[in-house]
Amino acid sequence: MAQIKINVPFLDEATVKSLKAGDQILLSGTMYTARDAAHKRMAEQIEIGEELPFELKNQVIYYVGPTPAKPGEVIGSAGPTTSSRMDKFTATLLERGLKGMIGKGYRGQEVIDSIANNNAVYCAAIGGSGALLAKKIKSVESVAYQDLGTEAIRKIQIEDFPCMVINDSKGRDWYKESQEKYKKL
Amino acid sequence: MKEIHYKHIVQNVARLCEEANYDLGEDVVKAFQKAVQTESSEAGKDVLNQLIDNANIATQNRVPMCQDTGVSVFIVKLGQECHITGGSLYDAINEGVRIGYEDGYLRYSIVDDPINRKNTGDNTPSVIHTEITPGDHLEIHMTAKGGGAENMSALKMLTPSDGVEGVKKFILDTVQEAGPNACPPLVVGIGIGGNFESCAYLAKKSLFRPVGERHANQDIAAFEETLTQDINKLGIGPQGMGGSTTALDIKIEISPCHIAALPVAVNLNCHASRHKHVIL
Repeated sequence: MAQIKINVPFLDEATVKSLKAGDQILLSGTMYTARDAAHKRMAEQIEIGEELPFELKNQVIYYVGPTPAKPGEVIGSAGPTTSSRMDKFTATLLERGLKGMIGKGYRGQEVIDSIANNNAVYCAAIGGSGALLAKKIKSVESVAYQDLGTEAIRKIQIEDFPCMVINDSKGRDWYKESQEKYKKL
Repeated sequence: MKEIHYKHIVQNVARLCEEANYDLGEDVVKAFQKAVQTESSEAGKDVLNQLIDNANIATQNRVPMCQDTGVSVFIVKLGQECHITGGSLYDAINEGVRIGYEDGYLRYSIVDDPINRKNTGDNTPSVIHTEITPGDHLEIHMTAKGGGAENMSALKMLTPSDGVEGVKKFILDTVQEAGPNACPPLVVGIGIGGNFESCAYLAKKSLFRPVGERHANQDIAAFEETLTQDINKLGIGPQGMGGSTTALDIKIEISPCHIAALPVAVNLNCHASRHKHVIL
């Protein structure tokens, strides 16, 4: 299957809209890492009206908590974590300009709807392929919440980072569609 | 009485932690290779091939195959003729985890308190199950158990009238519900019988058996086979992208139980089924 090359952060709304459930894409550019604890903290900051550590507009968040980098390496193993744990916080971030998320696993209906309503996209990378995905990460910059260790927010530079569009701006769900075809029970 | 020193245990445990995370067992690699041949979806085949590549990179570069280097879970079989000297067995195992996770650049994934959630910073404490056995050996079985698959695991207190059909339904429902969240292709560990807590332990223990190896009891082996086939008809496929390889294998352990009870535990494991052992 052809792989579509995309630059992130997204340049415009049209690029996001062009992505369809089932598209295999290769992302290049920069994105931010954040998982459970970082999401909780961002939600707390929003609640009390504080500014977030980075501007969300057109950005992509990668749900990952990497292993420590060995000497000479930019990052350790860095595959996706289960996205549904971030569902509670996602709509709020999408409404503030976030355009993409990368993780693994199902999203709740509320998130799927919010993705469609905000013209955004959710992609899955292969869970448990952290050694392979780390090779697509070229540099790492600390951004915020250093005390959270592996759960801190980092800005990462990526080159041809592979993932698949699961939930697109039309409200489609690739997991549902692709699994239906192979269900025999 | 054989004596085994604390330090000897520490060294071995540290090594097991690193090897479990760097070197995917041959049993799992073989299961991937077999699945590539039989998988019916192209996307599924692609995922399996990438998982084989990932395992090779991890072994060659000595990096963890997955960033979730897990809870360190141990099943320790301590021979009653074996004496641990120089410190406690539990301390030795935790010290080994501390060293293995630090020296191996593995992730610290344990928080000290489930509510306040402060990372302990060394991946301890580990979860340690001990069994006292005849003889003078100390067997240490270790697995690095990821959080994603563990979160989708479930236990249900069925009753005798639910029967084998009820057991099957609960297992299939649990795998269906987990879908891509548990990182398929899965290894599904099942405990049937015992009581509430021992049933969960049976399910965990079953995951320490090599992938592809059937239970010694023929009836249970047949049930494992049937369930593997049924799970692979769910259509979830590798990483939930659709396909015929939802489970690499299913393992069942059983135990006697109360006349009123039929407990069933489903402990899901991701494809990174990391288990190593040493006999001292």
